[in-house]
Amino acid sequence: MYPFFYRPMFEVLEDGWNSFLPQNAFKGLESMTDEWRLSEVNKDFSVCSSYPSLVVVPKDVDDDALRKVATFRHGGRFPVLSYYHSKNGMVMMRAGQPLAGTNGRRCKEDEKLINATLRPGKRGYIIDTRTINVAQQAKARGGGFESEANYPQWRRIHKSIERYNVLQESLIKLVEACNDQSHSMDRWLSKLEASNWLSHVREILTTACLAAQCIDREGASVLVHGTEGTDSTLQVTSLAQIILDPSCRTIKGFQRLVEREWIQAGHPFQQRCAQSAYSNSKPRHEAPVFLLFLDCVWQILRQFPCSFEFNESFLVLLFEHAYASQFGTFLCNCAADRARLSLPEKTVSLWSWMNRPQELEHLTNPLYEANSLVIWPSVAPQSLLLWEGVFLRWNRSSKCLDEAYDEMVHIIEYNKELQNKVNCLRRQLAELETDEPVLQTP
Amino acid sequence: NGTLYLTATHLIFVESSSNNSTSVHSLECNPREKTRVYCCPLVIQCRNFRVVHFVVQRERDCHDVYSSLLRLLRPVCFEELYAFSYNPKQNDQEREEGWQLIDLGAEFERMGVPCDQWQLTDVNRDYKVCETYPQNLYVPITASKPIIVGSSKFRSKGRFPVLTYFYQEKKAAVCRCSQPLSGFSARCLEDESMLQAISRANHNSRFIYVMDTRPKLNALANRAAGKGYENEDNYSNIRFQFVGIENIHVMRTSLQKLLEVIGTRSLSMSDYLVGLENSGWLRHIKAVTDAAIFLAKAVTVEGASVLVHCSDGWDRTAQVCSLGALLMDPYYRTIKGFMVLIEKDWISFGHKFADRCDQLDGDPKEVSPIFTQFLECVWQLTEQFPQAFEFSEWFLLQIHEHVHSCQYGNFLGNNQRQREELQLRERTHSLWAFLMSERQNYLNPFYSPAYSEAHPVLQPSTLPYHFKFWRNMYHQFDRSMHPRQSILKAILTLKEKTCKAESTLHALENRLQQHGVAPMVTSDTPAPPPSRDQRSNPLPPRPDSLILGAPVNHKEVERHQEEHEQGEVGQEALESTNSERTVEGSSGTESRKQSYGELEGKHNEELAKEEPAVVSLELGVARMTC
Repeated sequence: MYPFFYRPMFEVLEDGWNSFLPQNAFKGLESMTDEWRLSEVNKDFSVCSSYPSLVVVPKDVDDDALRKVATFRHGGRFPVLSYYHSKNGMVMMRAGQPLAGTNGRRCKEDEKLINATLRPGKRGYIIDTRTINVAQQAKARGGGFESEANYPQWRRIHKSIERYNVLQESLIKLVEACNDQSHSMDRWLSKLEASNWLSHVREILTTACLAAQCIDREGASVLVHGTEGTDSTLQVTSLAQIILDPSCRTIKGFQRLVEREWIQAGHPFQQRCAQSAYSNSKPRHEAPVFLLFLDCVWQILRQFPCSFEFNESFLVLLFEHAYASQFGTFLCNCAADRARLSLPEKTVSLWSWMNRPQELEHLTNPLYEANSLVIWPSVAPQSLLLWEGVFLRWNRSSKCLDEAYDEMVHIIEYNKELQNKVNCLRRQLAELETDEPVLQTP
Repeated sequence: NGTLYLTATHLIFVESSSNNSTSVHSLECNPREKTRVYCCPLVIQCRNFRVVHFVVQRERDCHDVYSSLLRLLRPVCFEELYAFSYNPKQNDQEREEGWQLIDLGAEFERMGVPCDQWQLTDVNRDYKVCETYPQNLYVPITASKPIIVGSSKFRSKGRFPVLTYFYQEKKAAVCRCSQPLSGFSARCLEDESMLQAISRANHNSRFIYVMDTRPKLNALANRAAGKGYENEDNYSNIRFQFVGIENIHVMRTSLQKLLEVIGTRSLSMSDYLVGLENSGWLRHIKAVTDAAIFLAKAVTVEGASVLVHCSDGWDRTAQVCSLGALLMDPYYRTIKGFMVLIEKDWISFGHKFADRCDQLDGDPKEVSPIFTQFLECVWQLTEQFPQAFEFSEWFLLQIHEHVHSCQYGNFLGNNQRQREELQLRERTHSLWAFLMSERQNYLNPFYSPAYSEAHPVLQPSTLPYHFKFWRNMYHQFDRSMHPRQSILKAILTLKEKTCKAESTLHALENRLQQHGVAPMVTSDTPAPPPSRDQRSNPLPPRPDSLILGAPVNHKEVERHQEEHEQGEVGQEALESTNSERTVEGSSGTESRKQSYGELEGKHNEELAKEEPAVVSLELGVARMTC
């Protein structure tokens, strides 16, 4: 494949493969709390094939217990820490579905593990990204959900985020609608509606807001899972972090988020992004899960245009590279595969290329002003828009919009320049005024 | 909790729980709203698309308010309207000057009229020929008075073909009129020579376009009533074209449907999109834009003159002529030019504002959002050409607000004759002067005169996805729906800062020179952005408003609401290191209002309870005004 032959034509300032190592991320967490530890239980990927070798788990739970819990969770994906809300110490965890099955199997270690994250007397929320019906049906195939009887301290909320083929079909319909050059307004609106794309965006955003609300407003910990815990789960956990955590809205922070919550968390990019997003075939595992996530981020960016360090081009770039790239970052399905192919040695990381000043210049939002607050987006249908930068990029001329964007950059830069001059003159004047009395006295 | 006051012109709600006793919530719902009542909750839908919910504790009180409102909503004569009692503390001279701000004679001169082919005619002096036209009209030099009078007799309501826009570069004219009274076979030689004269006034083209902006079926149906459209066989050298914009009744229903859909609580995405489609609203917006593009193309590319009409020539014709001119002439895309355009194509040519905006107790079938559509078409263009317009959407919203507020005299009445009878110039104030005085609030920071020079004629695309739902118009007052940060506002504030920085820079340079030192950096003083004129002084501070970047005045309501809400979450504000910033969306009320789903039974109840304000009534006040 191309990434294995690709040789960088630029100077690597910082190797992207080493930019976001789990052990470094854990150091940040350690400084805030001592309730968590970095476990090496999955060192050789034997406990969970889709997890990275290092995961963060509650301190009181030992590796043996983790191995037991892994047998009780889909794909061995035992609950791990996804986000620690430093404001109130609440956490968000993610996992695969519990393998309760029809006879309601239970696992004491699993219960102990997730209860270990609760404060005494406090309740937590389990957000199941499937509807209650789908979750019930999953029981017949050995899956299921946490029953109230076994998890009395947790309240379960079911949402309905669609999966795989439903999403893929939605994308195909949307792309077709966008390419329809007939001039009928009704046809466009009805096709846009029929694609259901914006409904999916809304559902995912709503669920993420709900998770964020549980943590920030209710002061409760949250466990998120769907079926495998590699798709809708990641959409929810990563978006909730963008809402809650200002550092995820910076360029570095967002890269870290993608690396941690998508790449290392085992989102199967190879299966989900096998084809071009604009193609209309539907291979079995193809699904625009990551694209939907980016779309949701774009919606929040539209609503808070000054709170993100990156701009729309940054998101579009990530979308492009997730589907086809000369870099190794989005290759393979999980950390185990990446290690087996020794990607870090044989390919170049997207981050190495992106994190150079000349690239960052195009990707930086000129309006950015650090915003330390939690940002609550509106999820009303009237507030959500079609992401034209991706879906209409080949069908509309963006010349006027680009020019306006340049004008905006120009205004901002001119202002900065002026401020600098003013400061410079001020200093000069201050120096003069302090010097002069000295000159006059003798 | 609070107190509701009804006055003849305003509905004021003062919140009593507010710590700040001076905070007056003057809900700008002067008597122009439709009211629907369901027992105790009182729902008021305003003309500016604001919806207010009240809960009145006693049913009787609620009914009292409702019937008072119904009465107040239906003034019988113009003198009852707010414009006649509104007094902005100006003297007569200032008011006089306000009315002189827009001069249509000067506007025609700007276009290059009168000229060797077009002249000013006094045929309509004292409104003798056509009651609904202004007195000063421009016609081809070869059109004699008998021709004009003859032609006017053959046109519905006497609205004969007159000049509305002259494209100097190609000497092509845009003329407007009403439908001909042709029936199935009638013809009129004077009318035919009138069109001949228009055609002959333009040497660049051998024919003129006649645009009938109605759908063909409607035009055909009109024939049965003795009206209809021009027969190409009778008129030499015309090219006849139907455009297919629907009539006022279709438009009214369309907007009603749209408002119904977007007013639904917990609306789903798919209901929203289906509703948007079924309302047909965007389809109509597109149809008007398409027609304007056709007009602009015929004039600027082919250099042909165009005659536009519909049935009476004051609704669709006004839309198409004004929007077409806006596409052709950069002047109309400036603040002043846009006022002139509205004054010319809408006010003076007799768009029936009184009837269409329901100013008096009139026929509900005459009410229609024709002008609103025009403003929306302009907004859609500003979205496609962010650099082409001097004004931002707040200018459009403010005009819309005042078309319905009846606070200024400009839009009162149906035509110039009526306005003269009402002596509006003597008894009321002009909106244009007011808008001019706070011009800086409506500036578009991206506007580039250089862009207009390079692209004098706009060529918008009308592919369906370019037409978007105008959230800031139809949900202007639904705080939770809007972006919490606005690029527009950020840039405007930045430009204010730039202005200040420029003046401090100058001051500093001067002081340095006084010290006898050449400022070190002056040699490379940054070149100001090429496209901007820097004459404007530092702008006045811009208080926060409902939607960020919104113009300020008359929107105190929202500011107070915001203050109030922030009071509730003061703790939150303290936590943030930077409480001055305009980034909101993090306030507690915000997220509580925003329901993301069934979190907790208790939580939802809280949500439901919070919405309507509970009102205790000051009965004395309510009765006094009945």
